[in-house]
Amino acid sequence: MRDSGSYRDGRLAQQLAGRIARDADPAATYRFMEFCGGHTHAIARYGIEELLPENLRLIHGPGCPVCVLPVGRIDGAIRLAAHPAVTLCIYGDLMRVPGAQGRSLLRAKAAGADIRLVYSSLDAVRIAEVEPTRAIVFFAIGFETTTPPTALAVRLAARQGLRNFTVFCNHVVTPPAIRAILDGPDQVRLDGFIGPAHVSTVIGTEPYEVFAGDFGKPVVIAGFEPLDVMQAVLMLVRQVNEGRHVVENQYRRAVKPAGNDRAKAEIAEIFELRESFEWRGLGVLPASGLRLRAAYADFDAERRFAIEDSPAKDNPACECGAILRGVKQPADCRLFGTLCTPETPIGSCMVSAEGACAAHWTYGRSRARRAS
Amino acid sequence: MTAKTFRRKIDIANGRVDLSHGAGGRAMAQLIDEIFVAAFDNEWLRRGNDQAAFEVGSGRLVMTTDSYVVSPLFFPGGDIGSLAVHGTINDVAMAGAQPLYLSAGFILEEGLALAELKRIADSMGAAARAAGVPIVTGDTKVVERGKADGVFISTTGIGRVPVGLDLSADKARPGDRVILSGSIGDHGIAILSKRRHLAFETEIVSDSAALHGLVAAMIEAGGDGLRVMRDPTRGGLAATLNELAQQSRIGFRLDEMAIPVKPAVAAACELLGLDPLYAANEGKLIAVVASAAADAVLAAMRRHPLGREAAIIGEAVADDRCFVHVTTGFGGGRIVDWLSGEQFPRIC
Repeated sequence: MRDSGSYRDGRLAQQLAGRIARDADPAATYRFMEFCGGHTHAIARYGIEELLPENLRLIHGPGCPVCVLPVGRIDGAIRLAAHPAVTLCIYGDLMRVPGAQGRSLLRAKAAGADIRLVYSSLDAVRIAEVEPTRAIVFFAIGFETTTPPTALAVRLAARQGLRNFTVFCNHVVTPPAIRAILDGPDQVRLDGFIGPAHVSTVIGTEPYEVFAGDFGKPVVIAGFEPLDVMQAVLMLVRQVNEGRHVVENQYRRAVKPAGNDRAKAEIAEIFELRESFEWRGLGVLPASGLRLRAAYADFDAERRFAIEDSPAKDNPACECGAILRGVKQPADCRLFGTLCTPETPIGSCMVSAEGACAAHWTYGRSRARRAS
Repeated sequence: MTAKTFRRKIDIANGRVDLSHGAGGRAMAQLIDEIFVAAFDNEWLRRGNDQAAFEVGSGRLVMTTDSYVVSPLFFPGGDIGSLAVHGTINDVAMAGAQPLYLSAGFILEEGLALAELKRIADSMGAAARAAGVPIVTGDTKVVERGKADGVFISTTGIGRVPVGLDLSADKARPGDRVILSGSIGDHGIAILSKRRHLAFETEIVSDSAALHGLVAAMIEAGGDGLRVMRDPTRGGLAATLNELAQQSRIGFRLDEMAIPVKPAVAAACELLGLDPLYAANEGKLIAVVASAAADAVLAAMRRHPLGREAAIIGEAVADDRCFVHVTTGFGGGRIVDWLSGEQFPRIC
């Protein structure tokens, strides 16, 4: 299987690996967090850690939408789907996310709930058009990347006057999560961030300035191709060695400093920040989640169906929270690979291909643990 | 059955399957006669018994059974009928056996257009004739609308194993070579592209094919150097190699660059966020072969039309964890686990 794209060229990877090894100070250790699940997946998929020196560690961050979704929201969706009039449209990743007491949307579907996989928010709008007697609820999830398509779906439904289309909004925003990791009680040592790729195409580079400035952490925004990740690592090593801490943009081919104005305007038209939102692993973070504006209340499933957040707890032995904060690694969890596997996930990090545990299980188990 | 006469021929162009076609009466007999017997025509079916009787020589027989629920029923490169014939022949052939006879059971949904059923039956008959493996007995049931999806097909296959040959999934040994007969992912992506109305410039065509001819050539070239063969259908190459690793208590080390993937399949996988290693195949096989026999087997495969792109993609290694490890084109390494989840429902 030859990857034709030049962003996966094995020879260039070797050259970059050589440069990283040469620049990395053998007396130092480097700990960089890749925020995004897309990066976590690329790192595991292409075996990037094998190309990095022993004293450089990549720590998986919380940028996997499925992983940070709290149990209570899944339980809310399961209750909603149990309503006989409701058709719940979801992205495939959500199917196996564990709710409380082993519940999941997959099991709810088997028990008779009308839950359908869609590949786009617009698929859900289309279902609402052709099945006017069903109450179609789109389970919206994701960071700034997937928010504009949801906004577009709401706008389309509004224009068509669809009364049977609503959105169960679980969209979250990236910067508060980075702040929570840096501000949090764990005091995880991080020497820099590989910044989000697709998220940054929407929000631009400016929102990360505070982390470089106030928190003194180098940030390199990087694409999701393996060479992007390697180059970002080299740029971070150089910033650390030179004592610099600025926001650099490795992903210039897609990310502009100001982001995408049209997408940002689309989000602002439909959504507003909630006062706070719960994240699995990070807790309740202020101004970190979105909901539909009052003008679009008719399309808000939470208002139409009175979905209550149930204060459900994670399995106490599950380390997803600590893993999402970068405090622990998947193999530190005693459920990992025993009770918790991709077939029987206990924690959300084992569900999505972007989750740290699933990535480690799928691609990484053969590697020896690296020194921290 | 040929003795029966019906006043009017069945209206294949406009007719639909109704509950009488499964009720055991004249309508059912006519459906069987004018669609299935006509399509599969052979001496065993013509005798009109509820079973087929045939001579068996000495030696070991293999038997396999399979069910087909693919959606859509028709796809580029095949349909549920030819797929059922190929898939069952391949399961027999993976034991190194010469396939002899097939059976076919049909579960029809009320409302299925008879024209579609005829197209499927004709395609099955053509596939069976091309492979030289007759469908000698069958069964038809009809269920109410909504209780099935058009047509489901169950098949059984019987074959004879050449004397002295004993292929089995527990026989791979460290040092053995892994040979793949051609490009992976064609079937799974062909189905998916139809289902999701993806318009690619190059149409992706299923690789559905009967592999017993290729297998016979491999046996002739490799003899008892052949340890095990399997066709990587659902779960793809990844699932098949994990199965073999578990059953033989060994590991595999693969070279990702050596695994053939068609550019259109690779591009579609990229677009859909899928890995071709997990995508289904219906006309490919993996053989684990003793290293001394590997070159001869590979050469024989490349001479066969269904093995032209055959390649050695890796080797078996001692590993009590039974990991399938791949060196990526990028220069790193990773393990290839089983598929988990439901990426590709109802592809066969």
